[in-house]
Amino acid sequence: MLRFTLERLVGMVVTMALVSVMVFLIMELPPGDYADRYAFRKYSGTGVNVTEADIQAIRVDLGLDKPLVFRYFDWIGGIVLHGDFGQAFAFETSVLKVIGDKIWLTLGILFSTLIVTYMVSIPIGIYAAVRRASVADYGLTVFSYLGLALPNFLLALILLYFANKWFGADIGGLFSADYKDAPWSFAKAWDLFKHLWLPAFVLAWSAVAYQLQTVRATMSDEINKLAVTAARARGVPETKLLIKYPARLAINPVVSTIGFDVNRIFSELPIVAVVLGLTELGELLLRAYLDLDMYVAGAILLLLTFMIVFMNFISDLLLAWLDPRIKLGASS
Amino acid sequence: MTSVVNDDLKNGSESELTEDQKRLLKYYSASQWTLIWWRFRRHRTAMIAASLLIVMALFGIFAEFVAPYGPTSRNTKYLDGAPQIPQFCDQNGCSMRPFIHGVSTKRDPVTLRAISVPDTNKRVYIEMCLEGEKTELLGFIPIKTHLFGLQDPKAKLHIWGTDDLGRDMFSRTIYATRTSLSIGVMGVFISFVLALIIGGTAGYFGGRTDMVIQRVTEVIRVVPIIPLYMGLAAAMPKEWSTTQIYFAMTLILGLFGWPTLARRIRSQLLSIRNEDYVVAARLAGAKPSRIIGQHMLPSFTSFIIVDLVISFPYMILSETALSFVGLGLRPPTVSWGVLLQQAQSIRVIEQTPWLFIPAVFVVVAVLAFTVIGDGLRDAADPYAEAK
Repeated sequence: MLRFTLERLVGMVVTMALVSVMVFLIMELPPGDYADRYAFRKYSGTGVNVTEADIQAIRVDLGLDKPLVFRYFDWIGGIVLHGDFGQAFAFETSVLKVIGDKIWLTLGILFSTLIVTYMVSIPIGIYAAVRRASVADYGLTVFSYLGLALPNFLLALILLYFANKWFGADIGGLFSADYKDAPWSFAKAWDLFKHLWLPAFVLAWSAVAYQLQTVRATMSDEINKLAVTAARARGVPETKLLIKYPARLAINPVVSTIGFDVNRIFSELPIVAVVLGLTELGELLLRAYLDLDMYVAGAILLLLTFMIVFMNFISDLLLAWLDPRIKLGASS
Repeated sequence: MTSVVNDDLKNGSESELTEDQKRLLKYYSASQWTLIWWRFRRHRTAMIAASLLIVMALFGIFAEFVAPYGPTSRNTKYLDGAPQIPQFCDQNGCSMRPFIHGVSTKRDPVTLRAISVPDTNKRVYIEMCLEGEKTELLGFIPIKTHLFGLQDPKAKLHIWGTDDLGRDMFSRTIYATRTSLSIGVMGVFISFVLALIIGGTAGYFGGRTDMVIQRVTEVIRVVPIIPLYMGLAAAMPKEWSTTQIYFAMTLILGLFGWPTLARRIRSQLLSIRNEDYVVAARLAGAKPSRIIGQHMLPSFTSFIIVDLVISFPYMILSETALSFVGLGLRPPTVSWGVLLQQAQSIRVIEQTPWLFIPAVFVVVAVLAFTVIGDGLRDAADPYAEAK
C-alpha cells in the first residue's frame, strides 16, 4: 500500500508541474502584460501622463522584463516556497487576500454537491437495476438524457424563475443580505447551509445523470453473476445479498470517477455562479478573466486543478482499498 | 431475425427463391454500412432525432430564406413584443388563411411609455414564399423570396416575439442555429484531426512515445475544461473582428476537445498493432501514416463516428456557456449563447419569456445528438443482431 501511495503521489506532482506550465502559458496569452494593464488601470482618468519609461520601470520593478522561463520559475517558486500567488491589480492587494476564504466556500459547495450526487445516484441507480423496466427505471432513462441535455445554468435560470413565481422568493446567492458582510459566526454558517442546497442541486444535476447510468449498468452486470445466484440458493435474504455482492461492486466505478465529477463540477461552477449569484472561486475566476487579471485567474485555475488532482489521488487510494486487485495490478 | 434466417436456409435449398429468401440474400450480401443503416433505421427515437437535426441544420444553412428578416434588422414599433401566434379564428369569424392581428401603438396610462397593443379588428394575412427583404443566400446568392411573411409589406411578423431592440427572435434564432451548429462541426473536425494524429502516434508507436503523450493528455483532461476555454477566450484581443473571434472560438474548442477521442484511437490501435495484416504491411515497407489510414482505421471507423457524434453536444454546450457569460462570441454575431445572454436574469424571463426560446434549441440539439449517438452505437455493434 505504501509503495502504491508513493507512486500515485509522484504521479500527482508530475501532473501538477505540467499543469502549472500550461496555466502559466495561458496567463501570458492576453496581449500586453501586467505592467501595461496595471498602469492603464491605475492612471487612466486621473490625468497623469504615463510614459513608456514609467511602464518600463514597473516592468523592471516586478521582474517582468526577464525571459519567459525565468518568469515562470519566479511565479511557481513564489507559490511553492512562500504561498505567494502574485498581485491582483484589480484589487490592489495580493492574490492570496482576494482568494482568501473563498477557497472554503468553494470546498463547501464542492462537497455538498458531491454528497447530493452520491446520495441520489447510488441508491436510485441500484434500485433501477434491481427493478428493471419499472417506473423508476424508465424515469431514470428520461432523466439521464435530460441531465445531459439541459445545461446547469439553464436549469438554474428555470429554478430561479419558478421559485420567484411560486414563492416570490429570490433563492439565489450564498448568504442572506443580513449575513453577507458579517464576520463568521455560527448563525452565518447556518445561513450558508440554508443556501447551499440550490447550487448543490444544480451542480449535481449532470453528475447525477451520468453516475446513475454508471451505477445502473454495473449493477445490472453484477446482479447476474454466479456469486449472486449461489448466495440466493443458500437462502441469503434478498436485501442483504444485494448489499453484500453486487452493490458493493457497483460502487467501484463511482469511486474511480470522483476526480472526473469534481472536474465536471468545477467546469460548470463559473457559469452557474453567474446565474445564481454565488461568490466563490468560480465567480471570481470569471471576473478575473473579464478584467484580464491574470495572476488571480492563474492562481484559481491552478487551485481548482490541484483540488481535482488531489481528489483523483484520494479516489485511487479509496479504490485500491475497496478493490485489492487494482493495487496488485499497479505494482506488478 | 436470426431464427427467420435459419429456418429459411433449411427449407429454401430446392424451390425457387421466395420473398424471404430474396431478403436473406440481400441481407448476407449487404455491406457493413448498409447493415448499420438498416439497424439504425429500426431505432425509432434515433430516426426522429436525426430528422429533427436535419431540419434544424437545413434551417441553419438556408437561414436567409427561412428567416423573414435579417438577424439585426429592427422593428422599432414592436420592442420587447410578445410572440404573434398565427390564428385562423377571432371574434370576427374564421378564415381559411392564417392571420395575425395588426399592431397599434398606445401610451401606457401609468408610465406614459409607448407600448404596442394588438389591434383585434385589423387582420394581416400570412403568406408562404413571398418577396421581402433583400438578402444573399449562403452569403453570395441574392434572393428576395422568404419562406413566409406578411401580405402587407408595411407590417412585420414576429412569431416568436422581439427583443428589447425590436429584433425578430425567430430570425435571430434561425441565424444563431447556423452559427452554433457550424461551430460544433468545425470544433469536432479540428479535434478529430488532432485526435487522429496524437492518438495515432501514441497507439502505433507505443512505448516511450505513448508514455509521454499519455502524460500530456492526462494534463489536459485534469484541468476543468470550461475555465480553461474561458482563459483562452479571454485572451482574444478586444479589437478582433467578429469573423476572427468566430474562427478563434472553433480553434479553441477544437484544440482541447481531442483527448477522449485520442484515447479511443490509441487503445484500438494498441490492440491491433501486432495483428498479422499490420505486421505484413509494415514488412512490405508501408509508411506508418499509410498503415494507420489504410489498414488499421477501417476496422473501427464506426466507433470513431459514434464518438464524433457524441462529442458534438460538448462543443455546442461549451460554446453556449462561454457566449452566455460574455467570453465567447460577441454581438452582432448571433449564436444560441449570445441570444441567451439577454435572458440572464429572472426579471427578463418573467417579462419577456420568449427570449428563452433559444434554450429550447440548445436542449433539442444536444438531446438529438445524444440519442443519435446511442442509436448509432447500437447499430454499429456487429453482435447486436445476435442478442
